[in-house]
Amino acid sequence: MFTDWPILSLLIWLPILGGFLTLAAGRDAPAVALRLGLAVALATFVVSLLLWFTFERGTAEMQFQEFTPWIAAFNVHYHLGVDGISMPLILLTTLTTVLVVIAAWGSVKEQVGYYVAAFLVMQGLMIGMFSALDAVLFYVFFEAMLIPMFLVIGIWGGPRRVYATIKFFLYTFLGSVFMLIALIYMYLQSGSFAILDFHHLPLPMTAQILIFLAFFAAFAVKIPMFPVHTWLPDAHVEAPTGGSVILAAIMLKIGGYGFLRFSLPITPDAAAVLDVLVITLSLIAVVYIGLVALVQSDMKKLIAYSSIAHMGFVTLGFFIAFMIFRNTGDWSGASMGIAGGMVQMISHGFISAAMFFAVGVLYDRLHSRNIADYGGVVNTMPWFAAFFVLFAMANTGLPGTSGFVGEFMVILAAFRADFWLAFLAATTLILAAAYTLWLVKRVIFGEIGNDNVAKLKDLDRREFLIMGVLAFFVLLLGVWPAPLLDVMNATIDHLVAHIAQSKLPAL
Amino acid sequence: MNFEIPAFLPAVPEMFVLGMACLILVLDAFLPDSRRDITYGLVQATLLGAAGLTFWLAGPETQITFHGTFVADPMSDVLKLATYVVTFFVFLYSRPYLMERDIYKGEFYVLGLFGVLGMMIMISAHNFLTLYLGLELLALVSYALVAFWRDSPRASEAAMKYFVLGALASGLLLYGLSMIYGMTGSLDIATVAAALTAAEEGMNVPLVFGLVFVVVAVAFKLGAVPFHMWVPDVYDGAPTAVTLFIATAPKIAGFALLMRLLVEGLGPLHGDWQGMLVVLAVLSLTVGNVIAIAQTSLKRMLAYSTIAHVGFLFMGILAGTDTGYASAMFYIIVYALTAAGGFGMIILLSGRGFEADQLEDFKGLARRNPWFAFLMLLLLFSMAGVPPTVGFFAKLAVIQAAIGAGYVWLGVYAVIFSIIGAFYYLRVVKLMFFDEPVVERAPADRGGVFATAISINGLAVLALGIFPGLLLTLTHYAISG
Repeated sequence: MFTDWPILSLLIWLPILGGFLTLAAGRDAPAVALRLGLAVALATFVVSLLLWFTFERGTAEMQFQEFTPWIAAFNVHYHLGVDGISMPLILLTTLTTVLVVIAAWGSVKEQVGYYVAAFLVMQGLMIGMFSALDAVLFYVFFEAMLIPMFLVIGIWGGPRRVYATIKFFLYTFLGSVFMLIALIYMYLQSGSFAILDFHHLPLPMTAQILIFLAFFAAFAVKIPMFPVHTWLPDAHVEAPTGGSVILAAIMLKIGGYGFLRFSLPITPDAAAVLDVLVITLSLIAVVYIGLVALVQSDMKKLIAYSSIAHMGFVTLGFFIAFMIFRNTGDWSGASMGIAGGMVQMISHGFISAAMFFAVGVLYDRLHSRNIADYGGVVNTMPWFAAFFVLFAMANTGLPGTSGFVGEFMVILAAFRADFWLAFLAATTLILAAAYTLWLVKRVIFGEIGNDNVAKLKDLDRREFLIMGVLAFFVLLLGVWPAPLLDVMNATIDHLVAHIAQSKLPAL
Repeated sequence: MNFEIPAFLPAVPEMFVLGMACLILVLDAFLPDSRRDITYGLVQATLLGAAGLTFWLAGPETQITFHGTFVADPMSDVLKLATYVVTFFVFLYSRPYLMERDIYKGEFYVLGLFGVLGMMIMISAHNFLTLYLGLELLALVSYALVAFWRDSPRASEAAMKYFVLGALASGLLLYGLSMIYGMTGSLDIATVAAALTAAEEGMNVPLVFGLVFVVVAVAFKLGAVPFHMWVPDVYDGAPTAVTLFIATAPKIAGFALLMRLLVEGLGPLHGDWQGMLVVLAVLSLTVGNVIAIAQTSLKRMLAYSTIAHVGFLFMGILAGTDTGYASAMFYIIVYALTAAGGFGMIILLSGRGFEADQLEDFKGLARRNPWFAFLMLLLLFSMAGVPPTVGFFAKLAVIQAAIGAGYVWLGVYAVIFSIIGAFYYLRVVKLMFFDEPVVERAPADRGGVFATAISINGLAVLALGIFPGLLLTLTHYAISG
C-alpha cells in the first residue's frame, strides 16, 4: 500500500533537496538547471498525482499521516497529514510549479539556476505548510516560504522591486507574528501544539475573540483582504512572471486555507460573532476593489486587483455559513458556501496563473505591461488571443468555465442568508465582466495599436503547452467539478458539523 | 582548627586554563614574530583541552567546593562548553584580521584566554566575591583588548569610555552587594537565598535598595537600555576582532551572572526584580530595534541589535520559571553563535586597510561570492527570528516563557518590535542580493580553514533551526538537572 510510505515527506523534501541540487549543479549552466529543475518538478507532480488517486474519498480523517517527535521540550511533533481541504491545494501547488519551471525557459535570462531552485524550495515549503498538523511546523513552513519569495521578487523583479519585496515581507511577517502569540497561548492552555488538539480545546469567549483576531491578522494579510491588501498589487507588479503566478495561484490560497484549518474550527464562537466584520470586508473587496480594478492602466495591477476581488468571494463563502445559521436556524446551506469558496480558490489558482502567464508572454515580447502599449494583438497572435479570451471569460465567471462554479455556489449560499447580500456579491459578475472584457478589448481587439504590436510573434510550443494545460483545467473544472467536490465534501461536512458546536467551556 | 583540603576536581578546567595561560604568556615572550602561530595554536588547543576536561567532569550532580565559593553543576558545564565553542570561532576569525593590521601579537590570545578564565569563574561562582572576581577579570581583559590596537585613535577612545563606564558599573555592583551583605550577613549565594527566604517583611526596603544597584550593574554589563550608551561606541570603535570577542562569549557569562546573582542568590526577591527586568526588556527592545534602523555602520547596527537581543534575554529570565531560564539560556547561546558568525563575516570581507564594517561594503555580495552571501543571509534571518533558522526557536522559547508567566502583552510587544527589527536585517539582505556591487574587490582569500569555520557557523544556524530539539533539551537539562 502506498499509504504506508512517507509520501508527504517525499513531497516536501524532494523539491527542497532537488532545489539545492539544482543550485549546485546549475549555477553556471542554465540549461542543466532548467532540465534538472523540470525533472524534479515533474517527479514531485507525479508523486502528488499518486497521492490524489490513492486519497480515500468519503472520510474526513487525516490521511497519509506521519508522526515523529521533533522538539521534545515544547511537545512539538513532525506531524503531517492531508484531508479534503489540503489535498486539492497540494495538487495545485505541484502543477503550478511545473508550469513555472517550463515558463522560465527562455524567459528568465539571469541566474537561472537560482531562479529554478527558489521555486522548487518554495514548492516544498508550501506543500509542507498545507500538510502540517503541528502548529509550530505549520508556522515554520509558513514563514520560511517568505525567504525564497522575498529573493525572487527582489532579484528578478521590476524597477521598484526592493520596495515591493520588503513591503511584502513585512506585511506578511506582521500578520503572522500575532498568530504565533495565539499559538503559544493555546499551547500553554492545552500542553501541545497539535492543530487537531486545538480544534477540541474549549476556550472562553474573550480568548476566542482575541485568538480569532490574531489569526485574522495573519490570514487576512495573506489572502489578502481589504484594507491590508496594498502589498499585493505592488508585489505582483514587480515580481517576475513566475513569482506572480505562484503568489496568485498558491500564496493567496494559504490565507483561505488558514481560515479553514485554524480560524473556523478553533474559534467557531468568535467567528459566529465576528462574521459580519469578515463578510463586510469581503463585500468591500468584491465591490470596491472591483471598481479599482476598472481604472488600472497596468495589466498586472488589474489582474492583481481582480485577484483581491475574487478572494473576497472566498472569504464570503467561508463566513456566510454563520449568517445562514443565524437567519435560517439550520446549517444546511453552510457546506455549499465553504465548498464554493474552496472551488473558487482552486479555480482562481488556474485562472490567475493563466492570466499572469499571458501577461508574461506579452511582457517577454514588448517589455511593457501598459495596456496602452498594446491593441489589436489578435491580428498578430491569434492563438494567444484565443487563450486570453478564454481565460478572461473564466475570470468573469462564464458558465462552462471553472470561474462559474465557485461563484455560483457562493452566491447561492449567500441567497440563503440574505437577499441583498447575495445581490451585492453578484455585482462581481458585472464588475469582473466590465474590467476583464474592457482589458480584452483594449489589448486584444481593435486595430493594431503600433508598430511593435505588428511585429509580435504568436505563442511558441512551450508557451502553447502552458496555456493549453491551464485551459484544459479551467474547462474541465467548469464542466465537471465533481472529482474536486468528491475529494472535499466529507471534510467540509465534518468541518460544518464541527463549527456548529460551541466551544465555550461549560459553566 | 582543622584545615580542610577542598575538592579540586570540579575546578580542574579553570586550573588548566590558568596554567596554560601563564605558560603561553611566558613562552610567547621568547617567540619571534614569525612564530606567532605557535601561540595561536596553543591557545586553541587549550580551549579544546578545557572542553575535553569539562566534558569529562560533567555530571548531573551539583558540586560545591572551595568552602562554598565555587560550584560545578549542569548549568556551568553547558555554559562553559558553549563559551569554549564560541571563543574557538572568535580566535579563529580574529587571526587574519590581526595579521593584516600587523597586530598579530601573542597578547591578544593570552588576554583572550584570561578573559575565558574570567567567564568560567563567573559561570561557576557560588559566592558574590567569586562572581565579582570573575567579572573583573573579564572586564580588565576587555578594556585592554579594546585598547589593544594602539595606532587606532578610535579604539583608544572606545577603551576609555568602556573603562570609565565599566568601572562605574563594577562600583555599583559592589555597593549593591554590600547592602545585601549588610542585611543577610553573608556573601555565599546559598546562604543569602536562605536568609532572604526566612526574612521578615520589614527587611525588604534596604534589600530592594541593594537590589536596584545590582540590577543596574548587571544591566550596564549586558548593555540593556537605559545603560547601553557604551555599547555602540565600543563595538564600533574597537577593532573588529575585539568586537567579535566582547560581543559573543561574554554575553554567555552575562547570563550566568544574571542566574547566579538574581535567580540563585536573590531568587526570593523575584517579585521585586521581575518588574525591573520588565522595564529593562521593554526599553531595550524599543531602543535597540528602532535606533538600529538609522545606522550606516554594520558594527553599530549589530551593536543596537545586541541591545534588542538583551531585551529578549530578560524576557526569558523575568518569567521566573525553569522553562524561562532554559529559554533564556537557549537564546543567549544561539545569540552568541549567530553574532560570532555575523562579525566573522565582517572580518571575512575586510582586508588590509579596509574594514568592511559599513553597510555599503556588503552591496552586491551575492554577485561577488554567492556562498558567503547565503551564509550571511542565514545569520541575518536568524537574528531576525525567521524560521527555519534557529533564531526563530530562540524567540519562540522566550516569548512562550513570558506568556506563560502571564506577560501576554510583553509577548505582543516583543513580536511587534521584532518586525521593526526584521526591517534592518532585511535591508542588509537587500544590499547583498538586490544591489550592484560598489566595491569591486572579491572577498580576500582567507584560506580553507576560515571558509570552513564560517560555513560551519552559518550552517549551524540552519541545522539547529531544523533540529532545535537537542540544544533545547540540553538547556532544560542544564537548568532543571
